[in-house]
Amino acid sequence: MDQDRRAFLTDTGRFIVLTGAAALAWDYGVAGQATSPPDYDAHAHWWGMLIDIDKCIGCGNCVRACKAENDVLNEPGCFRTWVERYQVDPLDLEHPTVDSPNGAYDGFTEIDRPGGGVKVFFVPKMCNHCAHSPCVQVCPVGATFESPDGVVLVDKDRCLGCRYCVQACPYGCRYIDPRTHTADKCTLCYHRITKGLTTACCEACPTGARQLVDLKNPKDPVHEFIRTHKIHVLKPQLATGAKLYYNALDGSVR
Amino acid sequence: MAGPPSNFQHVYRVAGLFAVGLAAFIVVRWALVPADFGVYGFYRAGALADARAIPVKYGGQAACLDCHSEVEESRKGVRHEKIRCEACHGPLAGHAAGSDDTKPQALNPRLLCLQCHTQLQGKPSVLPQIVPADHGGDGPCTECHKPHRPTIQGNRP
Repeated sequence: MDQDRRAFLTDTGRFIVLTGAAALAWDYGVAGQATSPPDYDAHAHWWGMLIDIDKCIGCGNCVRACKAENDVLNEPGCFRTWVERYQVDPLDLEHPTVDSPNGAYDGFTEIDRPGGGVKVFFVPKMCNHCAHSPCVQVCPVGATFESPDGVVLVDKDRCLGCRYCVQACPYGCRYIDPRTHTADKCTLCYHRITKGLTTACCEACPTGARQLVDLKNPKDPVHEFIRTHKIHVLKPQLATGAKLYYNALDGSVR
Repeated sequence: MAGPPSNFQHVYRVAGLFAVGLAAFIVVRWALVPADFGVYGFYRAGALADARAIPVKYGGQAACLDCHSEVEESRKGVRHEKIRCEACHGPLAGHAAGSDDTKPQALNPRLLCLQCHTQLQGKPSVLPQIVPADHGGDGPCTECHKPHRPTIQGNRP
């Protein structure tokens, strides 16, 4: 009996040590090493964006700039960002009329039925760069992920084009690039923000309605704005950890 | 022949099959999964570098003002002051880098101004808006309004 217990403890100890060694070997040997660029520390940032509805004039400059910067096809359905126009009866928030002709690439034309007690405003939309992204959770091959600095990216080399993520995104922010047949989406201009620039849509916005924010930098004035104003995200009930913060967002926006 | 088969022969066979299967799994995994997969999470760490490698097309306000600081001076205190250069002039990172491939294009003031200043429900009332058919005829807006100092008053010396 005593001998059995000793044998059991010895075997268990061996098992734990050996599997631990295997895990370590996996981390350092098999899985390879991270290649972090010398000039940018991804762990020092946590990116998001602020959109001020009151400032958006629906000009579509952000849509055009995004397509130019990121080489996005000018075809139906291919949008990394787009602008919606809401026409809402103030007494019927649940049934807004929404239009977005060609994603507002050419802006908007005047509404046929002017006035009529309907309030009108513009809502720019794009990837919410969720901290707990539904799209990332469904990817079967690890082709999409949340980067250490809070940006949801697509690895086009690994994407199979299975479209799970397109269906999973509750904000409709993903599409299939017809050229590569892989998923595509807003990268928050990852190639720009990691070089100290702002995104192309923020660069092009004439009114400052869109602003990049680093949520790990308390001195960022946009971060300060978010702390001191009443801010909303889209579909907070889904607990996606969305980081696209809206100021003055109407309750009718979905 | 030797005596009866060992009592453990069937165990050895299964163990052998298992070892072959494990070896096959390791080889296939090694071939299919990139070496840097799983460093930060369930993805390829090199994808971060790939996402950074895309060329920049909008050079950024700072790059513009490096050379064109006089424009910054001329826009001080006017309503267009905070609009970044490339919002109107388009993506010019190549121009800022000294390349001849990206040249600043002549802008169409009629089209460009009206993208923002056409009257439209939903635009805030502080934004000056016009009905194109009723305002200024067909001529370019720049006959009266200078884009960097847009008020007519501001153009007078």
